[in-house]
Amino acid sequence: MAAVQWRSSGRSYDAELQRCRPEFAPVDFGDYHPLKAITVTDTKTRRGARKGSTSSSCSSSSSSVPPDPLSSLMDGTDPLSMFAAAETPAITHSASAGDLGKKKKEEEAVGADFEPWSLKRGEILARFTTTEKLSINLFMGSDRGKAPSPGPSAVSEKVRTRLEELDDLEEGSQKELLNLSQQDYANRIEELNQSLKEAWSSDQKVKALKIVIQCSKLLSDTSVIQFYPSKFVLITDILDTFGRLVFDRIWTMCSDPRTLPESFTVDDVNDTAKETCLNWFFKIASIRELLPRLYVEAAILKCNRFLNKSGIQETLPRLTAMIRGIGDPLVAAYARAYLCRVGMEVAPQLKDSLNRNFFDLLGSFRQISSESVQNQLVLQRVEVPEYLTLYSPAINWILQCIAYRAPEPLLMEMMERCKKLGNNALLLNSVMRAFRAEFVAARATDFIGMIKDCDEAGFPKHLLFGSLGRSVACADPPESERLTILNEAWKVVTKVRSPQDYINCAEIWVEFTCRHFAKREVNTVLADIIKHMTPDRAFEDAYPQLQSVIRKILTYFQDFSVLFSMERFLPFLDMFQKDSVRVEVCRSIMEVFIKNQVDPTRDPVILNAMLHICKTMHDSVNALTLEDEKRSLSLLIIGFIRMVSFGRDFEQQLSFCVEARASFCNLESVLVQLIHTVNTLAMETSSVMRGNHSRKTAAFVRACAAYSFITVPSLSSIFSRLSLYLLSGQVALANQCLSQADAFLKAAVSLLPDVPRSITVEGKLRSSESFLLDFINNFLSTLLVVPDHPEHGVLYLVRGLLNMVQDYSWEESSDAKVRVYISALPLLAAMSQESYLYSIPKVDSNETLYGGDPKFLSEINKLCETLIGQILDQLKTLGRDEQSARRQASMAFSLFGVLLAHGDLRNNKLSQLFVNLWNLSQKHGHSETRVSVRTLDFLKLQSQQADMSHLSETVQRLALQTRT
Amino acid sequence: MSVTLDIRLKRANKVYHEGELVAGVILLVCKEPLQHHGVSLNLEGLVNLQLSSKSVGVFEAFYNSVKPIQLISSNIEVAKAGKIPGGKTEIPFEFPLNTKGNKVLYETYHGVFVNIQYTLRCDMKRSLLAKDLSRSCEFIVHSQPQKAKVVPTPVNFTITPDTLQNSRERSAVPKFLVRGKLDATNCVISQPLTGELVVENSDVPIKSIELQLVRVETCGCAEGYARDATEIQNIQIAEGDVCHGLPIPIYMVFPRLFICPTLETTNFKVEFEVNVVMVLHDDHLITENFPLKLCRV
Repeated sequence: MAAVQWRSSGRSYDAELQRCRPEFAPVDFGDYHPLKAITVTDTKTRRGARKGSTSSSCSSSSSSVPPDPLSSLMDGTDPLSMFAAAETPAITHSASAGDLGKKKKEEEAVGADFEPWSLKRGEILARFTTTEKLSINLFMGSDRGKAPSPGPSAVSEKVRTRLEELDDLEEGSQKELLNLSQQDYANRIEELNQSLKEAWSSDQKVKALKIVIQCSKLLSDTSVIQFYPSKFVLITDILDTFGRLVFDRIWTMCSDPRTLPESFTVDDVNDTAKETCLNWFFKIASIRELLPRLYVEAAILKCNRFLNKSGIQETLPRLTAMIRGIGDPLVAAYARAYLCRVGMEVAPQLKDSLNRNFFDLLGSFRQISSESVQNQLVLQRVEVPEYLTLYSPAINWILQCIAYRAPEPLLMEMMERCKKLGNNALLLNSVMRAFRAEFVAARATDFIGMIKDCDEAGFPKHLLFGSLGRSVACADPPESERLTILNEAWKVVTKVRSPQDYINCAEIWVEFTCRHFAKREVNTVLADIIKHMTPDRAFEDAYPQLQSVIRKILTYFQDFSVLFSMERFLPFLDMFQKDSVRVEVCRSIMEVFIKNQVDPTRDPVILNAMLHICKTMHDSVNALTLEDEKRSLSLLIIGFIRMVSFGRDFEQQLSFCVEARASFCNLESVLVQLIHTVNTLAMETSSVMRGNHSRKTAAFVRACAAYSFITVPSLSSIFSRLSLYLLSGQVALANQCLSQADAFLKAAVSLLPDVPRSITVEGKLRSSESFLLDFINNFLSTLLVVPDHPEHGVLYLVRGLLNMVQDYSWEESSDAKVRVYISALPLLAAMSQESYLYSIPKVDSNETLYGGDPKFLSEINKLCETLIGQILDQLKTLGRDEQSARRQASMAFSLFGVLLAHGDLRNNKLSQLFVNLWNLSQKHGHSETRVSVRTLDFLKLQSQQADMSHLSETVQRLALQTRT
Repeated sequence: MSVTLDIRLKRANKVYHEGELVAGVILLVCKEPLQHHGVSLNLEGLVNLQLSSKSVGVFEAFYNSVKPIQLISSNIEVAKAGKIPGGKTEIPFEFPLNTKGNKVLYETYHGVFVNIQYTLRCDMKRSLLAKDLSRSCEFIVHSQPQKAKVVPTPVNFTITPDTLQNSRERSAVPKFLVRGKLDATNCVISQPLTGELVVENSDVPIKSIELQLVRVETCGCAEGYARDATEIQNIQIAEGDVCHGLPIPIYMVFPRLFICPTLETTNFKVEFEVNVVMVLHDDHLITENFPLKLCRV
């Protein structure tokens, strides 16, 4: 095909714009318009006011809100929701045998502010651990061989053995498991729990009871005493299961024919259920040993409700008294805790037995120092203070139950009673833990006095102060006493020798200090902590506590200028020397900063400190860091960078960016952000100067450009490099830095050959083609305003780009190269206009440089011709192959479109090409008919315009392909 | 062809008193119609006496002569020979619980040497080819409440080495002092045995304190008698070295079936006792015995 001569059609952009604008008609205030804001001044829905009326149930103004016909039709509530409303109680009713109903009830009885056992459970399990070997001793028959029968005269040996044999029939006589680790032990207990459930479901009630009895018997064994609280937790779980099973079973027995209401009375229970229930109680009453009898009866305490009204009321005091028979004070204390727990659950209104329990506990308190206990401790090599702490969960729990919604005088009485027992530290500790924080806080000074009076040998004082600290941290002691409290407390805390004990206690008091005092006091506290934790690198074992200190400070000090003006804060941070912890801490600080810092800051203290923190985070990044981790760190740092603003001091800002670049060079997205920041900076400068740069600002803007120019190459992602080059080039151009802009664009062009054919996007390998095309189109549109370099030839950059495109190794089967060519044509056409579509203020584009010089225009036309030649070649190549017909059609149509929009069709040759292209695109039936029809319509419309008459003739020649 | 025969009493707890009606249904479940030669129901109350192995040697002659004593016996025919339709058939019945003559219905009691038991037995006679069916069911008789009012008389006790009776070496017994109180020894069967106990002091730590419920059964006649005491149950009320000076509750629920109001007849006696047993750490065993008189009100 002979070379086509290109003529760009002349455009008058202003006129075209005018033509494109739709006519507009002003809308009067009162007129209706769908987009006008709807203002409803008064809407009242009177439901059911008039039966069946569709009108006037709403009164609305502004006419745009019609009454909802559905809702207005309804007389009152609609039948469906009425059904639903009626159904709900029935449904919950029937489900009440399940957990839902029951749970709800428990909550009602106790209230949400009661810290439930389930929370304590985990805490106890985590706290009381042991490395000693444990043993489980289960006598699954009767206790044969254990202690010769106590009534030697009374029992006939034969009968006894016979009975025992009967018992033993079911399972092996005895199991003893020795040398269990703590975990094994827990697993065993869980196994027992499972076998309990299994036995129950397979209707082996007796076996189930035996399991429970054996388990509760384990609680009398205090051989590994450190583990006792945890053992208690594990075993009482089984008891709870058992209690639930029995209750549910009897419940279902009464639920025939209808379910028992939640608040059932004895009269609702049928005889069979009563008999079964009574049987359980008789069975349990005949359990030989005290502890299992006590625990199992407590476990099914709730079942008393089936038998009589006052059952629970009578049983609780009896069981309470029964505990007196337990010799070991620890076992007794926990039995009391269990009873209180069950009591709270089943009958929270019965406070008396709770109190009774506590007084009994006080009454038997001297047991703790009894000889048998002391002997045991010596045997097990357990220190007294450690032994005493074993009591705390139980006593705490009892006191918590008592103190729950208890009147002040009762608490006072309890306190007095504890005082009378020689200020027993253990009790005091529990009192402080369990009583309301407000109560304790109000008497904090008294408590301090009492703590001081305590015997140092027994219970460690730092624990006492820890408990006190917890109370005063969440409730406010009287204003005037606060400083004394802090001083007194810290005096003791600072004397604690063991770093671990010290930090546990200090951590609690930090919160009090933060809550009630300013930075000076907190600073002092921090200094003290540093002093204690630094020797022998004690901080290494206390990271969780130190972290919690930081968290507490951050909760109360959210003004970072105050925070960082604490001298000891950064040194405190230096104690986190393990990398992971350190980053964790930095991260939490950054999160708080980003959340709370609203205004940009230039405070040097903050900047310094934050830079330090960010640098720490940045430095933690290494080759092994996960992508996600990097991303989240980057986000935090970027958040910080965005918060930095030096206001009008642009140079300072730039130098900050320089510093930041040096610090965060490993995080790419941070660098990207920095380049964006610097570009924004340049644009801000320009807007401050209203576009007229002085010499100084011009130099500054050039510095910004330089910054970007040297930062971009350090990025690894090629597309961010490309787009940043382009963006920075645009910024440079906007700031009249022509040579810089040139350099940016040139760099971008020379980078093009390096673009790989495929890139990973979100972990998937994708072809880079579409990205590349996008970028090139974007780039082309920028090139319109870039003036030619005086030393290089005409259209130096455009040629360069096209050369690169030509040499780029495109994928074999793609038309991307030709698409670029096609999209370069509109650019070239736009360049040949007398005045350009857009331009940059204060930058002379080619239009002014060349002033429509014919030589320049002919250069452009030549270039166009070359391009068209290339495109046509490609079309021809595609024509050879049947399969590529569709591609050929679509490409031909694209070129057709370009010609229509930009070519001067008065030119015969061009016009001929135009028609040929149309025919080509229609030839194989791959064109979209709808688009073709619309194009023709458009052409006809165009041809009616004055200067477009030449088109009408051409249109005649365009035949629409018909599909058959 | 499977048939199940069952007796269902009306009362869930199966407890009846003299003069009342024992009512219930006989439940027959079969898949196909069933031919039978008559269904009869038999009610019987028996006292079984047995001699302990210890006494057998002495009373061998008289051993065989201990025959069960029949308290009540009656028989009714529930259904005449015929056919029972397939499915579930319920045949109601009623028995008046009345004795003949001057016989008394003793309370149900399951002991070692004395057993007082009431049973209902249902028999279904069938043709030669099929086995006869039989089903029995125990029901419980409670004796008539005692007319006289029970006035609880508390019993106080003190146990010290000096109060011990049959210790061989009194000097070897460690010192201790236990005070206690039983709220009553004439107890109502349906109510627990209560009281309290205070360990005032004890040189040797206490291992355990237990309540032992003992039955004393006497069987015999003119020629002689055998008296045996056996344990019914043992309830621990204190474990380990309990706090001195603190009252520990004594509380024991009387088990059902294994206990009855104290009974004295010409042929046998059933009495009960409770032992307070204290085990010291050096395995000294100290027992204090209290005879009980049980009754029903």
